[in-house]
Amino acid sequence: MEEYTLLRQFADSWMLLLLFAFFVGIIVWVFRPGASKEYSDTANIPFRHVDAPAPQQDQPATSKEARP
Amino acid sequence: MSNYIKLIVLGLVVLFAAIGSNYARDLAYQVHAILVMIIAGGLFIWTLRNTDEPDILVDRSGEYMDGVIRYGVIATAFWGVVGFLAGTFIAFQLAFPTLNFEWAQGYLNFGRLRPLHTSAVIFAFGGNALIATSFYVVQRTSAARLWGGNLAWFVFWGYQLFIVLAATGYVLGGTQSKEYAEPEWYVDLWLTIVWVAYLAVYLGTIIKRKEPHIYVANWFYLAFIVTVAMLHVVNNMTIPVSIWGSKSVIVWSGVQDAMIQWWYGHNAVGFFLTAGFLGMMYYFIPKQAERPVFSYKLSIIHFWALIFLYIWAGPHHLHYTALPDWASTLGMVFSIVLWMPSWGGMINGLMTLSGAWDKLRTDPIIRMMVISVGFYGMSTFEGPMMSIRAVNSLSHYTDWTIGHVHSGALGWNGMITFGALYYLVPVLWKRERLYSLQMVSWHFWLATIGIVLYAASMWVTGIMEGLMWREVDANGFLVNSFADTVAAKFPMYVVRGLGGVLFLAGSVIMCYNLWMTVRKAPAKEASLTVAVPAE
Repeated sequence: MEEYTLLRQFADSWMLLLLFAFFVGIIVWVFRPGASKEYSDTANIPFRHVDAPAPQQDQPATSKEARP
Repeated sequence: MSNYIKLIVLGLVVLFAAIGSNYARDLAYQVHAILVMIIAGGLFIWTLRNTDEPDILVDRSGEYMDGVIRYGVIATAFWGVVGFLAGTFIAFQLAFPTLNFEWAQGYLNFGRLRPLHTSAVIFAFGGNALIATSFYVVQRTSAARLWGGNLAWFVFWGYQLFIVLAATGYVLGGTQSKEYAEPEWYVDLWLTIVWVAYLAVYLGTIIKRKEPHIYVANWFYLAFIVTVAMLHVVNNMTIPVSIWGSKSVIVWSGVQDAMIQWWYGHNAVGFFLTAGFLGMMYYFIPKQAERPVFSYKLSIIHFWALIFLYIWAGPHHLHYTALPDWASTLGMVFSIVLWMPSWGGMINGLMTLSGAWDKLRTDPIIRMMVISVGFYGMSTFEGPMMSIRAVNSLSHYTDWTIGHVHSGALGWNGMITFGALYYLVPVLWKRERLYSLQMVSWHFWLATIGIVLYAASMWVTGIMEGLMWREVDANGFLVNSFADTVAAKFPMYVVRGLGGVLFLAGSVIMCYNLWMTVRKAPAKEASLTVAVPAE
C-alpha cells in the first residue's frame, strides 16, 4: 500500500479512536469520586508558598549558585 | 574548568563571526555577524576576567529566583511600548503614504516595518511576558526555586538577542517571508537553542516541585513551550543557500508549504497567544481576586479540549486555495468546535470573581483582567465565525481580519499582560502597593477606548471593502477598482491610527506608574526579604 494511503487510513481509524477515547477518558476521570476534595486542594496552590519555596526536608541543598 | 570550554566556544564564535562579516553576501547577514562578533567578544573578555577567580557559592534554595523575572518585567514593558509605537506608526503610514519617507525607502517603509511591529508585539512583548510570568508562576506553584541556576539568565538574554537579530533583520531585508516566522535560518537556529534551554528550566522546576500536583497554569505554559518548539522546527526546515548569507530555501513546496505555514501560524495564535496567556489567566486572576479558580474540573477539561482542537484549525486560513476541500472543511469544523473550550475557559475566568464582583468597582487591576477575558470571549467568538467558508469569502484579505487579530491581541493578550505586570511589580520589588491606582484607571480606559476605535473601524472598513470587491453591475462587470476601496478606507484608517495612539498612551502611563512604584511606593516589611530557614 502507498505510504499516504496507509497513514491516512491509520489516522482515520485507530488514531482517531485513540484520541477520542483519551479525551472521553479525561472527562470521566475528572468526575471520579473524591475528585472535588482533591481539586479544591490543588486549586489553592497559588495561595501557598508565595514568598519562598517549601523548606528542604532533612537533606542539604543539592546545588549551589554563584549569583542570585 | 567549564570556563575554559566557554572560552573556547566563545573564541570560535568570534572567529566565525569575523570571517562571516568579511564574506557576508548581504547586508543583514553582515550586520548580524558584526553584532554577534561584538557580543561574543565581550562575553569572552568577561569570562576570561572571571576565570580562575575563587567561586563564592551560596545556597539559595531557600528563596525564589526573582532577578531574572524582574528583568523580564522590564523587557516586557519596554518591548511593549516599542511594538505599540511601531504599530501606530505603520497605521498612519497606511493612512498617509507620505510617511513612507523617500530617504528611508527600502528600510523604514510599511513592508519592512510591518513584520517589525508584529514580531515586536507578539514575540518581544508577548514572549517576554510569557517567559517572565511562567518563571514566576512555576516557582510559586511548584514551591521550588528555578532549576538550572544561571540557565534562566541564558534564556532571558538569549531571547533578547533573538529579538534584536529578528528586528534588525527585517529592516535590512533578511526575511524568509513566512508570516510570524520571518527570521532567517541562523536566527531560527539560535531561537531553537534558547527554547530548548527554556523547556529544560521549566520542566526541571516542575520535576523538583514540592507540591504533589502540577497546577493547571503550568499545564498551559508547558503546552505552549512544547508546541511552539514543534511548530518552530517544522515550519523553519530551510536549507541556507550559503553559510555566509541570510537567504535560505524551504524544503516544503507548494500547497504543503502553505499548509505547514498556516498550521504554524494558527497555532502560534493557539499556543503562543492563547495557551500561554491562559496560563497567566489561571494564576493571576485567582491571585488578584483572592479566591481559587471557579472550577478546577472545568480547567482540566478546558486544557485538554483546547489542546486537542486547536492544532487542527490552521486550514481555515487557506479557504478557496489549492488546498483540498476536505482539509479546509476540517479546519473550519475544528475552528467552530473550538467555541466550546474557548468559552468554557472564559466562563471559568470570569466566574472566578463570583462573590467578589464588588472588586470590579474598587480594583482597576481586576477590571483590566476581566475585560481581557471579555475580549478573549469576543475574539474567540469572532474567529470561528470568520473561519466559516461563506463568511471567509467576504472577510478574507480585508481589514476585518486585522481588526479581529487586534481585538484578540490588544484586548486579550495586552490587557491580561498589563494586569499581570501591575500585580508583579509591587511583589517583585517588595513594595506595599502600586504608585497610583488612578493611573491604572487611566490606562484601562485609554486602552479600552483605543481597542474599541480600532476594532470598530476595522469592521466597517473590512466589510465595506469586501462588499466593494465583489460588487458587479448588471452586465457582470466589477464596479470598483482596487484603488476605489483604498480611497474609501481613508477615514477608517485615521480612526484606527487614533485608537493606536490611545492604546500607546495608556502603555506609556503604565511604564511611568511601574517606574514610580519601584522608585517611590512604600517598601514592604523587610522580613519578606529574609529567606525562610530550613525546618
